[in-house]
Amino acid sequence: MLERPGPAGGPARTGGIRLFILRRILQGLLVLVLVSIVVFAATQALPGDPARAILGRGATPASLAALRDQLHLNQPKVVQYLTWAGGLLHGDAGRSFAAQEPVSKLLGDRIVNTAFLLLVSGVISIPLSIFIGAYAALWRDRPFDVVTSLATLVFAALPEFVVGVALVVLFATTVFHFLPAITLIPPGGRPWDQPIAIILPTLTLVLAVTPYVVRIMRASMVEVLESDYVEMARLKGLPERIVLRRHALPNALGPTFQVIAINLAYLAGGVIVVEYIFNYAGIGGALRDAVFNRDLPVVQAIAMIIAGLYVALNLLADIATILVTPRLRTRL
Amino acid sequence: MTTARPAIVVDRLQIGIQGSGLDIVNDLSFSIAPGEVLGLVGESGSGKTTVGLALLGHARRGAEIKGGSVRIGDIDVLELDMAERQRLRGRVISYVPQDPASALNPALRIGTQLREILDTHNYGKNGEERRARVAEMMREVALPDTGRFLHNYPHELSGGQQQRIGLAIAFACRPRVIVLDEPTTGLDVTTQAHVLDTVRDLATAHGVAALYVSHDLAVVGTLASRVAVMYAGRIIELGPAGEMFQASSHPYTQRLIVAIPHLTGGRELVGIAGHAPSPGRRPPGCAFEPRCTFAIPQCREAVPDLRPIAEVHDVRCIRAEEVRLQAPTRSGEIPRDGSVKTLQPVLSLQGVHAGYRRKTVLHEINLDIAPHECLALVGESGSGKTTLARSIAGLHGDRWGIINFNGTPLAKVARTRPREIRRSIQYVFQNPYGSLNPRRTIRQIVSQPLEVFGTVKGDQIDRRVAQMLERVSLTAAYANRFPDQLSGGERQRVAIARALICEPSVLICDEVTSALDVSVQAAIVELLHSLQRDLGLSMLFVTHNLPLVRSIAQRVAVMSNGRIVELGGVAEVLENPKAEYTSRLLSDTPSLELALETAAVS
Repeated sequence: MLERPGPAGGPARTGGIRLFILRRILQGLLVLVLVSIVVFAATQALPGDPARAILGRGATPASLAALRDQLHLNQPKVVQYLTWAGGLLHGDAGRSFAAQEPVSKLLGDRIVNTAFLLLVSGVISIPLSIFIGAYAALWRDRPFDVVTSLATLVFAALPEFVVGVALVVLFATTVFHFLPAITLIPPGGRPWDQPIAIILPTLTLVLAVTPYVVRIMRASMVEVLESDYVEMARLKGLPERIVLRRHALPNALGPTFQVIAINLAYLAGGVIVVEYIFNYAGIGGALRDAVFNRDLPVVQAIAMIIAGLYVALNLLADIATILVTPRLRTRL
Repeated sequence: MTTARPAIVVDRLQIGIQGSGLDIVNDLSFSIAPGEVLGLVGESGSGKTTVGLALLGHARRGAEIKGGSVRIGDIDVLELDMAERQRLRGRVISYVPQDPASALNPALRIGTQLREILDTHNYGKNGEERRARVAEMMREVALPDTGRFLHNYPHELSGGQQQRIGLAIAFACRPRVIVLDEPTTGLDVTTQAHVLDTVRDLATAHGVAALYVSHDLAVVGTLASRVAVMYAGRIIELGPAGEMFQASSHPYTQRLIVAIPHLTGGRELVGIAGHAPSPGRRPPGCAFEPRCTFAIPQCREAVPDLRPIAEVHDVRCIRAEEVRLQAPTRSGEIPRDGSVKTLQPVLSLQGVHAGYRRKTVLHEINLDIAPHECLALVGESGSGKTTLARSIAGLHGDRWGIINFNGTPLAKVARTRPREIRRSIQYVFQNPYGSLNPRRTIRQIVSQPLEVFGTVKGDQIDRRVAQMLERVSLTAAYANRFPDQLSGGERQRVAIARALICEPSVLICDEVTSALDVSVQAAIVELLHSLQRDLGLSMLFVTHNLPLVRSIAQRVAVMSNGRIVELGGVAEVLENPKAEYTSRLLSDTPSLELALETAAVS
């Protein structure tokens, strides 16, 4: 009984994955370089004069010129860019125009604060939305599914500032009073020292992300549950929990990872609004102040941080997708 | 026939659409002895897959098992609760799915998928015994039993290997009953033949009762000792395989047999007009009555009983005795003009090569198609036959060599060919579900070429569309419908009408019947044949179905690995194949003739 020679089979080559990751990291770095050019160009194109913004309307021409010189604003743009980009490589994002201290020192604590808020929101929203989505798919067209479907639609349609303000009204000011309306982190303090204070901002972000992920997870899970291999697993007599855990879930997660990455990256933008509502001392507030003060090094640094987050999250999502999808893995 | 106690007894099984009074399957009874293979034959919508799944106590979304019993030994599967059914499935009764590519989990190694059924049902004493069993199963289905091979993911296997894994899983726990749901659909004939051999060997060696569900009477005939034919949710005839083919006593079975192309002796295929009624539209009397040539008024009064007409041969027709006397006549040979005049060929291919990127898939193709000739292009999947058809139509630009149309070379890409030439060469695609734009009416679909070529204007268009629809045995009333309101056969007729409205001189048919039921396939072939005869079309008929070639083509080109290995008159090639590849293809092709021989032997 001869079989036509099939594709030669062997275990997946792990070297393929390593090469793939390396390639994607290099691509990510290239993206960051391009982003840095765009960010630099965009901040240069903004109208107004940083020196005047710093010194105010009453500044004398001589002091303006001196300050411009000090800030290297008179050098050619290319040199300015290379100086700035070279600094970034050494972790030096320049000096803030407004605060007159290194950007890294100015943003250090705030980055930690924002990262913590994002992390907590992500850790809560991802498993929660995967669970809700899978459960809704399992009980498709039943009450739980109908209610989640409606709720996710409503929350997906509401901008996060509406959700944030509504939560404040509901839990902090008008209806109930048991949660703080704003998050006051003293300079040098850490957000995890006051867990009560970060409940509302976290909740707002969770509500902003969860609906999308729930919907894609449900759709993906519904498709998988209808698939031949899930039916086959049931016809093999496997217990339902194994059917779901081993056969259905891993296949439903692939498409979901991409949406999670996009939403988490989106959080990095949405966090600005949320931080404003709750007066949370993160990079969102810093970005707002920096734009207001024409503090270009700070704006540039924050833009680069958010871009870096986008690249990193997408990289992680691609790797995760590859790991749960052998068909993609072995093609590498 | 074995007289041993049946392994499985199905009694008055009734399956309906959930939440409605409508039945998908009605009053279905049969039994299978250990080691016996029962073929369950039916066209799409007959309910055969639903029956297969019901034997495992499973109903798909929307369906519901409403009554009857499925007894395996002393257990009634339908009486069991979910947990008990789970313990039964895979251990006592198992299932081989239709499409192994989608039934194997893409994210799990095949070893895992084999092993888990043994682990779930606690096969053997310990892990060591299960590991040994996995290896044993792999050997039984003629696959390597090395850990390295078991480490593969399903997509790293060929279609045939995947289906062997499906068989290995099904036989792993030594079940008493096994349900095979069209396990060879979509496989090449060679692979199909090997898989069928494996099924037969395993079933007899281990005394497993097998239900083989299929739409293909020829396949079932070579494998099964008894055959049950389903129509509109009921068994309409059940008997020994040989008798079913030679003395079929139900008009539907007879028509089905006439619709199957024969390998020896080409003959005109006769399709069955109309289509099977869907649940809810079934008439109160005999469901086949509206399409039956034997129908009399009494047929409409009540559903006929399934009654014996011969020893172990039951039939559900009140006129079965008369029908039996008229067992399928072999209608005459196709009137074939054996000496196709050597006129200047319409199409002439000289040294055609084609490839995808750096890979060459067609090598040195030389081929002529004469006016009024139908040339069949036969080969297994991957042989390059579709690439060749697409190259001629200008849909595959990556080719070199010369393709002459009426003496002038054709440009590689259709877009760059003169309008007149584009009009003259028309293409009908394999899948009528994918080739018609679902958002356009049949009128818009059929009349589009007229707009493109601007040959006909104004209210003439509607007239032409109506003409074309009638030409392909539809009515002008179809013009306002959308594709999703049509059956597969009707859609393919629309696709043909769209091609014909251009008044082409060459029609390229790419596997146009492979997505259709046999009775519909026969009707389409009938239509194409009459079109070729009446309109003097030249046709390139691409197919993997060798017997079908007999019924439509005058000459046949056999392709393998991108080369034409044999070219000649149909009778000559099919009866005295010169190429070794052709003979192998022929011997692997299941056919009614072979089925009859097998039946006679057993």
